[in-house]
Amino acid sequence: MRTALVTRAIDATALLHEVASEEHGATSLFLGTVRDVNDGRTVTGIEYAAYPAMAAAELSRIATEAVQRFGTERLVVEHRVGELALGDVSVAIAVSHPHRSPALDATRYVIEQLKRRVPIWKREHYSDGTNEWVDPTLAARGARISTAETNPSTPGSRLPAAS
Amino acid sequence: MKVPVLLFASYADAFRAPQLEVTLADGATVRDLLVRVKELAAGHALPPSPLVALNQRYAAPGEVIRAGDEVALIPPVAGG
Repeated sequence: MRTALVTRAIDATALLHEVASEEHGATSLFLGTVRDVNDGRTVTGIEYAAYPAMAAAELSRIATEAVQRFGTERLVVEHRVGELALGDVSVAIAVSHPHRSPALDATRYVIEQLKRRVPIWKREHYSDGTNEWVDPTLAARGARISTAETNPSTPGSRLPAAS
Repeated sequence: MKVPVLLFASYADAFRAPQLEVTLADGATVRDLLVRVKELAAGHALPPSPLVALNQRYAAPGEVIRAGDEVALIPPVAGG
């Protein structure tokens, strides 16, 4: 198992080699890339910022949880920070396991937890020259309000409520 | 006690600083910290319940802050 915040380009092939094992019949790879449109606006580039010490610690905690839940040590996660261009890989998760289902589940677990817990932020630069820190909770709040009448349940969260 | 508070991303922009300092009574909790921070000029820029980390872990509202703890306000995360 290895996790890292990196400031260089992510080499997905190297990660696949790193988790490869002759005893493992399944390898899963997830890549997150910078896309060109978000919320209807044209994105020209992204800056990823982090609380480096906690991001590294939280990433490692998530990977450890995945290792314990899904039963493989062959798991590598890299998240890139700094200025990224369209199409650049921002995050890569590679997992191998004797069987496909735990490999896929572990990959999914890591990306979902990462997006909820790891203190990394992105500032999008738009084609009109403006830029903005992305706040996923704004969209989530809007979605909850619009579905409140049909779905009164509150989504759970691993994060503690702050008040 | 004087407690340095780390700021990042949109919060650092709102307070125009990567760190601020608040004075808390001994035995103060995360909840007390948030009350104090929201009294500051840029406090209105914070959401109703901002996340707080103590020593690089998310902290519950009732957790006590001790001298020397690494304290940070965590804006909504957007990695991936």
